[in-house]
Amino acid sequence: MIQAIFEYEFLQNAFLTGLIIGVIAPLLGAFIVVRRLSLIADALSHVTLSGIAASLFLSKTFVVFNGLNPLWLGMGFSVAGSLFIERLRTVYKHYQELAIPIILSGGIGIGVIFISLADGFNTDLFSYLFGSVSAVSRSDLWLILAIAVTVISVVILLYKELFLLSFDEEYGKASGLSTRFLHLVFMIMVALVIAASMRIVGILLVSSLMTLPVAAAMRVARGFKQTIFFSIAFGETAVIFGLFSAFYLDLAPGGTIVLSSILILLTAIAFKKLQAMRK
Amino acid sequence: MESSNVIELKNIHYRYDRDLVLTNINLAVPKGAFLGIVGPNGSGKSTMLKIILGLQKPRKGSVVLFGQQQSKFREWERIGYVSQKANAFNTGFPATVYEVVASGLTKKAGLFRMIGNKRRPQIEKAIQAVSMEEFMDRNIGELSGGQQQRVFIARAIVSEPDVLILDEPTVGVDSKNVQTFYDMLERLNKELSITLMLVTHDIGTITNKVTHVACLNNTMHFHGSTEDFEQVKDNELSQFYGHDVQRLHHDHDHSNEAPTL
Ligand SMILES: Nc1ncnc2c1ncn2[C@@H]1O[C@H](COP(=O)(O)OP(=O)(O)OP(=O)(O)O)[C@@H](O)[C@H]1O
Ligand SMILES: [Mg+2]
Repeated sequence: MIQAIFEYEFLQNAFLTGLIIGVIAPLLGAFIVVRRLSLIADALSHVTLSGIAASLFLSKTFVVFNGLNPLWLGMGFSVAGSLFIERLRTVYKHYQELAIPIILSGGIGIGVIFISLADGFNTDLFSYLFGSVSAVSRSDLWLILAIAVTVISVVILLYKELFLLSFDEEYGKASGLSTRFLHLVFMIMVALVIAASMRIVGILLVSSLMTLPVAAAMRVARGFKQTIFFSIAFGETAVIFGLFSAFYLDLAPGGTIVLSSILILLTAIAFKKLQAMRK
Repeated sequence: MESSNVIELKNIHYRYDRDLVLTNINLAVPKGAFLGIVGPNGSGKSTMLKIILGLQKPRKGSVVLFGQQQSKFREWERIGYVSQKANAFNTGFPATVYEVVASGLTKKAGLFRMIGNKRRPQIEKAIQAVSMEEFMDRNIGELSGGQQQRVFIARAIVSEPDVLILDEPTVGVDSKNVQTFYDMLERLNKELSITLMLVTHDIGTITNKVTHVACLNNTMHFHGSTEDFEQVKDNELSQFYGHDVQRLHHDHDHSNEAPTL
C-alpha cells in the first residue's frame, strides 16, 4: 500500500484524511466521553445521514445541484441538528436524554424519505454509511483539513474553559464563564468533526472513533491531558491499521477501523488487569 | 472607588418553583470580615450564596459586588467558591488533583491563555495549603470524599481571591483537618485580609472565629457582629433548631452529612 499511495491519488486522499480524523475525532471524543454525551454524537451522525441523502437526492433530481459535494449539506444538517438538540435540552430540562431519540429517529426518518425519493440505495450512499478507501476526493480532503485546523485551534485556545465546562459546569459559571456559549461552540465542533469523519469511517461508525480510543485511554492514562494524548495515539493506530487491512482485504474501512479500536480497547483493559494483579 | 462593603444584598426575593425561599434579604459584608452564616436545612443559605455568585437570578432586589452592580461585574476571579455539592461531581473524570486545582485559575489566566508552568508554584502552594501534595498526580476520583473536599478548597484559593465563599466546606473532613482548615481560614483572613463567608452548622467553632454572624431562615433573623450575636444567641438558635441547642454543639458532624448527598 505504501507504494500504491504514491501512485494513486485516491489512496493519498483516503490516507491523509484518515490521519486527520484519527486526531480530531478522539480529541473531541475525550470531552464527549467525560461529559457523557456519547449518544448525542451518535444522534448527530444520523442527522448527517439525512443531509447526505438530501444532497444525493437533489443532485440526482436537479441539474443545478449536480456538482454539489454532499459533505456540505451533511455538515449543515449536522450543525442544525446540534442547535436543535440544545433547544430540546432546555425544553426537557429534567429529561435531557430525550433529545437523543428525538433527533436520532428524526435524522433517520428524513434520511429514509430522501433515499426512497432518490430511488433507493446506490454505491455512493453505501460508502457514506460504512466508509470507503476509494471515495475520498481532493475537495473532501481540503474541506476536512479546514475543519481539522478550526477544531484543533479552538480546542487549544479554549482548552481550560472546555476543561472546566466538562469537569464542573457550575463552578465554571461561578467563575464567570459563559457556559451556554461555550457549550454551543463545542456542539458545533462535534457536528463538524462528525461530518468530516464520516467519509472514512462511515456515518454508522463515526461515534465509535470518538469514543472507543477514549475508553481505552481512560484505562491507562493519568489526568485529562494524558487521556487526550493517549486517545489520539490509539485513534491514529486504529485508523492506520484499519485502512491498511481495508485496502488489502478489500473491506469497508469503517468496519476494520472499529474492529482495530476494539482490539486496542481490549488490550488496554487486559494491560490494566495485569498491572493490578502484579501489585 | 470601591465601597467598604465587598458584597451587598439589597431586598432580595427568590423562589424556585413554589414558595419564596428568600424574602427581603439584606446583607452587607465589610471588607476583611469573617462572616459565619447559620440556619437550619432548607433555610436558603446555599441559595443566597448562589445568588451572590450569579448562578441564580433573584426575582427582586439587587446584588452589589465590590461596589458594582452584579450585571456589570466582570472580575469573577476575585471571588473563590466551594459549593456544598463540590464532591457530587462525576467521580470517573480522569483529571489529576493538579489539573483540578489549576482549573481554579481559568478566569485569572485570561481568555485564550494556557495555564502554563509559570503558574506551577502558585498551584503547588494551594495544594500544600490543604496538605494534599502527596496526591498531586492522583486522579481526583481515586480520593476519599474528605480529600476531594480539600482539593476543591485548594481550587477556590489558588487564584488568591479577595473573597472566599464556602458552603459547608468541612463536611466529611476529619476533625484534625477541620482544625487545620479553620486555622488556614484564620490565616487567610488575618494575614492576607481575605474576606470570608462561611456557611456551617458548626456553631461552637464559628463563634470563636468569626467576626460577623448572619442567621437565616428564609428571612434574615440576625445580621451583625459576633459580640452582638452572643447576646441573642441562645434565643435565636433555639428558635431555629428547637430548644436543644446544646446537642448541636456536639453532634454537628452527623447532622451535616445526610443532606449533602
Ligand atoms: N434546584 C431547586 N429547585 C427547587 N427548589 C429548591 C432547589 N434548591 C433548593 N430548593 C429549595 O429551596 C429551599 C432552600 O434551599 P437551600 O439549598 O438554599 O437551603 P440551605 O439553607 O442551603 O440548606 P442546607 O442546610 O440543607 O444546605 C429549600 O426549601 C429547598 O427545598
Ligand atoms: Mg446548603
